[in-house]
Amino acid sequence: MSNTSKTPLLRVEGLKKYYPVRGGVFAAKVGDVRAVDDVSFTVAPGETLGLVGESGCGKSTLGRTIMRLEEPTAGHVYFEGNDIATANKSALFQLRREIQAVFQDPYSSLNPRMTIGEIVREPLVVHKVGSKAEQIEAVRALLETVGLTGEMLDRYPHEFSGGQRQRIGVARALALGPKLVIADEPVSALDVSVRSQILNLMVRLQRERNLAYIFISHDLSVVEHISDSIAIMYLGRIVEIGPAAEVFAKPAHPYTRVLMAAIPVADPDQRRTTEPLKGEPPSPVAPPPGCPFHPRCAYAIDACRAAVPPLEPVKAGAPNLELGREHLAACIRKHEI
Amino acid sequence: MSDVIFEGQPAGRSLWQDAWHRLSANKAAVVSLVILIVIALVSIFGPYFLPWRYDEIDWNHVEALPPNFALGHYLGTDTVGRDLLARTLMGGRVSLTVGLLATSVALIIGITVGSIAGFVGARVDQALMRFVDIMYVVPFTFLVIILMVMFGRNFVLMFIAIGAVEWLTMARIVRGQTLTLKHKEFIDAARASGGSTTNIILRHIIPNVLGVVIVYVTLTIPQVILFESFLSFLGLGVQEPMTSWGVLINEGAAELEINPRTLIVPAAFMTITLFCFNFLGDGLRDALDPNDR
Repeated sequence: MSNTSKTPLLRVEGLKKYYPVRGGVFAAKVGDVRAVDDVSFTVAPGETLGLVGESGCGKSTLGRTIMRLEEPTAGHVYFEGNDIATANKSALFQLRREIQAVFQDPYSSLNPRMTIGEIVREPLVVHKVGSKAEQIEAVRALLETVGLTGEMLDRYPHEFSGGQRQRIGVARALALGPKLVIADEPVSALDVSVRSQILNLMVRLQRERNLAYIFISHDLSVVEHISDSIAIMYLGRIVEIGPAAEVFAKPAHPYTRVLMAAIPVADPDQRRTTEPLKGEPPSPVAPPPGCPFHPRCAYAIDACRAAVPPLEPVKAGAPNLELGREHLAACIRKHEI
Repeated sequence: MSDVIFEGQPAGRSLWQDAWHRLSANKAAVVSLVILIVIALVSIFGPYFLPWRYDEIDWNHVEALPPNFALGHYLGTDTVGRDLLARTLMGGRVSLTVGLLATSVALIIGITVGSIAGFVGARVDQALMRFVDIMYVVPFTFLVIILMVMFGRNFVLMFIAIGAVEWLTMARIVRGQTLTLKHKEFIDAARASGGSTTNIILRHIIPNVLGVVIVYVTLTIPQVILFESFLSFLGLGVQEPMTSWGVLINEGAAELEINPRTLIVPAAFMTITLFCFNFLGDGLRDALDPNDR
């Protein structure tokens, strides 16, 4: 969408989420699962950040920690200057109006005992927005916005298909008029044919309401079409981040390259040029020394085992100081390969 | 944009309505439900329409009289000449009241403790559930007997005493259900929009555990009725001339060889009630099957 400079809507700084691993006598702490390890990025208003990574790389935890569904271990999450990570209860309650979520599994994200009307209205009830009649009217309008009809108010989730349920989930996320929606794999549970409908809906709503998205997915092909910027996560860290066009055109991190090569192409004659990735991601309890990707990396050299490479600009020369607009990668050999 | 999916569908049916629909297709459950309602109504209103009161002795016939319609003893009298039907209906009142009230006590405590322990988790969970474990260890029959001896036979005390033991299992069941619900995404969604813990427990957790709880309730009521009968059998239940099914069965058992009728009448009422509760519980379990449809 637009490339003009904007003040960020969300600025994540050094966010960490460690889960203690307990074992031994009296459940003593024996280590940490570093689910999210020192993550920083920004999201501009009305733009989409695609967050991509293998399963277990911490992308969902990152989303949950930003919303403070998980308490962060360290770091800050500034939303329009207010720190969500340290906000007290009442400040957090107000901030929740601005950040809403769409979840992965439309079969578990809607309370089976509530009607669609009650589900979508709930955020309005919690935040005491308007009278009951106004709330119901708002819900009706929301359902129509997401492509359902107002008559469905009194029906129950089990009467809807996966795609329709996901639309209801989107309507609920929009009820409070948020500025940022964190979508945690919103289409991975859906049929391929329904997938594009939901994606188109989300793109349309973004345009109409100037929403910013953090779009979490393990599928680059989904993210490619809707993202302004892309962040690639590996083992709790961002290994590459930058404007979507640049990352797709010139992936700088070996991991990103392997991911790109793994996007299926609808052409049986085209052969894979890159070797598929071997092995499993290492354990986040005991990450390998140095670059976490080196055990699986075709380009690894001794220096990769020495220290965790910092996120550095891919393009040499005049640094683009605007965070989020810049193409960064965490690889010491990014200029050689 | 033309992504309107469909219009003009019939009004929605909730899971409760769905469950009711399935329950009404289960003949055993429906018959049981009807019989239970009839027994309850007859126990409540029946005594007002009988010619004899439950504690009234027919001085002309101080003996176990066989059924005699002319005198108004439709099911005969007991050994001291009190109308057996009136006594059985009165006993039904007491037994059903004990069953319902004690179960309600168990239900309220069990749901509260179980959902809080399960949802809040961590130390609260540990503290509450270890307390439940400790309570399980207390030999309950003896506790009730000691309470009865200390405070005398007290109707209210009996509810509390029975309810206080039955809630333990209820709390465990509710906690288990809450633990599985807690990680559902709709709970996250409620938290993301700022819902408080109380709000989430009341609006999201409890309505979803109710299905399982109702089934357990239909199995608890007969258990409580039996427990009351057991206490009455030991002579610790309700006090004469007030009666309950347990008391009547106790008296009837003593007369078994001479007047089996005095045992059979209350025993039949109680057995039918217990069977009906069990059938109804079975039917509810099928109807409320938590498998998502």
